[in-house]
Formats: sequence, C-alpha cells, structure tokens
Amino acid sequence: MKILLTAKPGTTSQVKTGNWRELVYPVIDIEKCIGCGICERVCPEGICFPTGEKNSSGKGFYACDLNWCKGCGLCASECPVKAIEMKEEGK
Amino acid sequence: MNKILEGSRAIAETIKNIGVDVVSAYPITPQTHIVEELAKIKADGEANFEYVRAESEFAAASIVEGASATGVRTYTATSSQGLLLMTEVLYNIAGMRLPVVMTDANRAISAPINIWNDQQDVMVVRDAGWIMLFGETVQEVCDLHVLAYKVAEQMMLPVMVNLDGFVLTHVVEPVNIPEAEKVKKYLPKYNPKEFLDVNNPLSFGAFVTPEHYMEIRKELYDDIVASEKVMIKEMKEFKKIFGRDLNLIEYYGDKNADTVIVAMGSVLGTIKEAVDELNGKPHLNPPLRKGRKNSVGVLKIVSFRPFPDSEIAKILFKAKNIAVIDKSLSLGQEGIIATEIKRALSGEKKKIVSYILGLGGRDITKEMVKGVIHGINKEKNRVVFVGK
Repeated sequence: MKILLTAKPGTTSQVKTGNWRELVYPVIDIEKCIGCGICERVCPEGICFPTGEKNSSGKGFYACDLNWCKGCGLCASECPVKAIEMKEEGK
Repeated sequence: MNKILEGSRAIAETIKNIGVDVVSAYPITPQTHIVEELAKIKADGEANFEYVRAESEFAAASIVEGASATGVRTYTATSSQGLLLMTEVLYNIAGMRLPVVMTDANRAISAPINIWNDQQDVMVVRDAGWIMLFGETVQEVCDLHVLAYKVAEQMMLPVMVNLDGFVLTHVVEPVNIPEAEKVKKYLPKYNPKEFLDVNNPLSFGAFVTPEHYMEIRKELYDDIVASEKVMIKEMKEFKKIFGRDLNLIEYYGDKNADTVIVAMGSVLGTIKEAVDELNGKPHLNPPLRKGRKNSVGVLKIVSFRPFPDSEIAKILFKAKNIAVIDKSLSLGQEGIIATEIKRALSGEKKKIVSYILGLGGRDITKEMVKGVIHGINKEKNRVVFVGK
C-alpha cells in the first residue's frame, strides 16, 4: 500500500470539482455588475465573491471561481441586472 | 495443549489469545456461540477487550471499522443475512485499507429461510476486497485466524475466515488453541502509520474524483494479488512457531489421478474418506486391488481470495476429469468455484463439471461423492445438482 488514503482537515478544497461542469459556465460583465451580492447568496457552491475592485461606474463587482463552479446557472437567473451570462463550454 | 472444545469456543479462545482490542457483533445462527463465548471471556475477566453490543450487523461492522481506524486490533463475526447486511461496510473497510479480521460461519441465504450450512453467503461478497480463507477443521480455522491478523496488518487488507456453520461451529473436537506466548512471537504489536487521533485529525475514506479513483482500486487489486506470496511466507513462519501446516491449497490422494475433485471447507473430510475407499487404501478391509481404474485425487482450496491460479493449474494439468463441488451457486450459471477453476485452467482441454451439493444444510454423503466420481465420464450436463 503506497497511496495515502487519508485526508487532513480542510483539504477538500484541494479537489477542484469544476471539471464536473459539462454544459455552461458563467461570465460576469463587470461593467453591468452593481455589486448587490445576490449571486454570492444563491450560489450553492459558494464560489461567487466580491473582488474588492471597482468598475468604471464605481461599483464593487463580483467574480466566480470556475475551479468549483458546476454551471447550475442560478447566479445568472437571479442577477437583477442580467450581468451574468451562461456561455457554452469550449466557446 | 489439546483440548476438546466446541468449534465456536475454540475460535473465541483463539481470538482471546491473539489479543484483540475491540469486539463488536450481533448474534445470528450459527455464529452466535462464537460471540457469546467472547462475551463470557470478557465478563469473566479473562480478557481486556472492549465488547460493543450492536443493534445490527451493519452497526457491528461499522463499529469495528471505526475502531480499526483508531489503530487498534478488531474482530467481528457473522453469518448469512448478517453478512449481507454488512456488505456496504465490508467494501468500505477494504477500501479504507483497515486490517479487520472477521469470521463468517457459512450459512444459506433466504428465501426460503434456512439456518443451515452452505457457502452462498460469502460468495455474495467475494469481490469486496477481502482476503477469503476457508478452513476444513476447527484446528485449521483457529490457525487461520492467527495467520489472518498477521497478513491483514502487514498488507493493510481485511481478512475473512470462513467455516461451515454448524458442521464446524457446533462440532466438538480436539483442538490445539494457538498459545498466547507463541502468538506474541508470531504476531507483532499492531502499529499503523495513520490512525484517527483527536490531536492529529484525519479523514478516512474521503472523497476521490475520477482522476484518482482507478489508481486506488488498482492498488487494492495489486495488493490482494501480492498477498498470495505474503501468505505463503507467513504460513511457513507459522509452521516454525506452531508446528502445524497451513497451505493455500492442498492435494490429497493419487498423484497421477484421472479424476480430481475440487472443494472447499468441511466437506473435504467426507470427500477424502470416499476417495480413500475408491483408491483402495491398505487399511481398508478388504484392501482394494492395485491398478484398478479408480484413480482419484482431491484438491482442497483454502484461499479463495486471492485464488492461487498457477498453483492450482500446476496440480490439475494431469487430470482428465475435474469435478468441482460447490455449496453455492451463481443462479442461472453454475457453481462459483467451478467458474474459478475453469478460468484458472483456460486453454486446457479438460472435462470440468460443476456439481452443486449440500445447499441449505443437505447432508453430503460418501455415496454422493462416489456417484460424482463414477458419473463424471459420462456426464453431459454442465451443472449437476446432487441431492441424493
């Protein structure tokens, strides 16, 4: 037995489950984003986060970490300003 | 020292001498006496292990799984439906590479409900990743338990020791319980590299994506294959300390036999007697004359997983007819050992017939065995049920 089968606490985040995503992925238009944070609240994976940066209209905008995004599209459907578009994988 | 004991008591005393830390079990016929005796040993203050009563076999297996992950030596035993209820946990124990040792008192599977012996229960979990050993006598079963812990802890693989329910669990025969001092010489203290510890938290059986799962399964496969050589080595070591033989397979009877019977477990006793009578042993009265056409051999399989293919092929390559006796059945297919033997001999031109005997506790008599030997030459069926 050579392969280590145990895991230390907190190491689940090393497993990048974004490769489960098959069809679509979110793209945030940072110029449209108003920084309301709804995407962060609805995301089942908790991977939408405020970047801490501001767009040209002075709004703090959000980003998604595609390493864990499953492409469910909840963020896009809940975004009040339609700043998130679900694009087809590979395009 | 030879004692006359019930098979179950002998196993319990062996487990006591091995020195386990946690025992958990749920009673089921015909395993009950084993865990009852262990409970008695604990209650009488003869041993120090934790005895955890479980609400089901699923729980019992889970308790030894968790206990084993904390780095201690564990033991459980079950039968039949109990083993089936443990199935999910058995796969987990093997997958987490926990060296749990358990006893399965082989019994038929419902329905119809039947508490008597056959070997269907263990065949259900043959692919769970456990080493599977089958004893012919109470002595062999006790000795196999000692070997089981040695191999399990060395290879980080669980081992299941099988014995025929009632036939061996409830038989009273002379047995030499492996002595605690000798066990100490043979079996070092169990010191795993990793174990559950509140000061150094770890997860066992954690999540694995398609990226790594296959390699982990392949390693489990490779290690079970590799355990064959380790067992051969440890069986020799066992002989040195305890003076008794253990083997992966054993051959009995005429070395140049045309017909060889293959079987597993306690039925070997009956088969050997029948074969002795046919081969004409001098101690028989009247002694049968030499050179008669009955030239029969017996191949006993002790290690079913790993299945010692090449060892078996070496022994069977001379035989013309091979009668494989199964006390279990792949329904719609054939006896399970028969399939294994055919696979081990693939490419060889042999007549291999699958005989199903002794299901649900039906007695297997010498006459049935002789009938198998006499009939195999003309047998046209692939699978033959011998009930009378």
